Amino acid sequence: MSAAVDILSAVLLLVGTLFTLIGGTGLLRLPDVFTRLHAASVTDTLGAGAILLGLALAAGWSLLMGKILALLLIMALLSPSAAHALARAAIHGIRRPWLDEAQK
Amino acid sequence: MTLTVTLIALLVTMAFALIRAIKGPTVYDRILASNALGTKTVLMIAVLGFVVGDPELYIDIALMYVLIGFIGTVAVLKVSEFGNLGQPQSHTDAEDT
Amino acid sequence: MRNTLTLLLMLSGTWFLLSGHTSPVLLSLGLLSVAAVIACTSRLELVDDEGMPVHLLPGLIRYVPWLIGQIIRSNLDVARRIINPKLPISPSVIHVDAKRLTEVGRVTYANSITLTPGTISLDVSEETIEVHALTENAAADLASGEMARRVQRAEGT
Repeated sequence: MSAAVDILSAVLLLVGTLFTLIGGTGLLRLPDVFTRLHAASVTDTLGAGAILLGLALAAGWSLLMGKILALLLIMALLSPSAAHALARAAIHGIRRPWLDEAQK
Repeated sequence: MTLTVTLIALLVTMAFALIRAIKGPTVYDRILASNALGTKTVLMIAVLGFVVGDPELYIDIALMYVLIGFIGTVAVLKVSEFGNLGQPQSHTDAEDT
Repeated sequence: MRNTLTLLLMLSGTWFLLSGHTSPVLLSLGLLSVAAVIACTSRLELVDDEGMPVHLLPGLIRYVPWLIGQIIRSNLDVARRIINPKLPISPSVIHVDAKRLTEVGRVTYANSITLTPGTISLDVSEETIEVHALTENAAADLASGEMARRVQRAEGT
């Protein structure tokens, strides 16, 4: 039972690691600030979620697990607020996002 | 072992975010990069706690860091959009009109 | 009364979660601080249905699992497009209808849009939400109004 939990925790950590790296790559590769926001939200949702769930499983049934899940909940509530504030400020400041050629 | 891999990957991602923060080109790119850097720092503190072997202590720091990071991002955004943090001069403006 | 009780439970839970102390002295001190916070918030008249939205909880429990599934699905899509440069991205700005939602519903809707990778809410007004979508699929998914219907059902209107 404990071995299965350990393996699941390791798998979740690796999945989170992978998505964090992908989000970081997107942050470098994508063409403008709005598309980069999408890349950042990949790390903020699945990357952070999988890593923290993996840690929560590693912690086992304790107060620590509750704290990690509370951290996850806080991040899930705050990251869209920050992203929306950023997007709203950017659309007011830049006014023209990089759009597909066909739609110009 | 897995924790170390995660830690190194987080450091690499933070380096990517740092490059984006230096390259810009707009101020919003830099704010986005610093925000992403903050998120990664929180995750790194949490993972580091398990690596070091004292997760209870480190999780508390991570909890604080996520809240302060959010406030910091919103404060910088507000300065970049309005030029101030809401000084009382707008109050006297309202009295004049 | 019910709202005050919810606040008491939530504050005590948070206090215990963050401190983890069980000795009687510290527990009574914690209870004292909880009582002080409740006294302050009741004096500010913040303890109402808006501050303690318990009535939204059953709808939320049905909505959140669907949202998590949706987030994972679009995460995979966006991640594929980041790794493989051959897959095209076609950013677009669309407007989705939010007329039939209440204020809480609009906030939930806009936050869900932003939380889902591939779509970000740019501007929220009374009638519409301006959305930046990374791909055509993401834009089409949102335009179909599935998410708006689910939010509407979750808030029970």
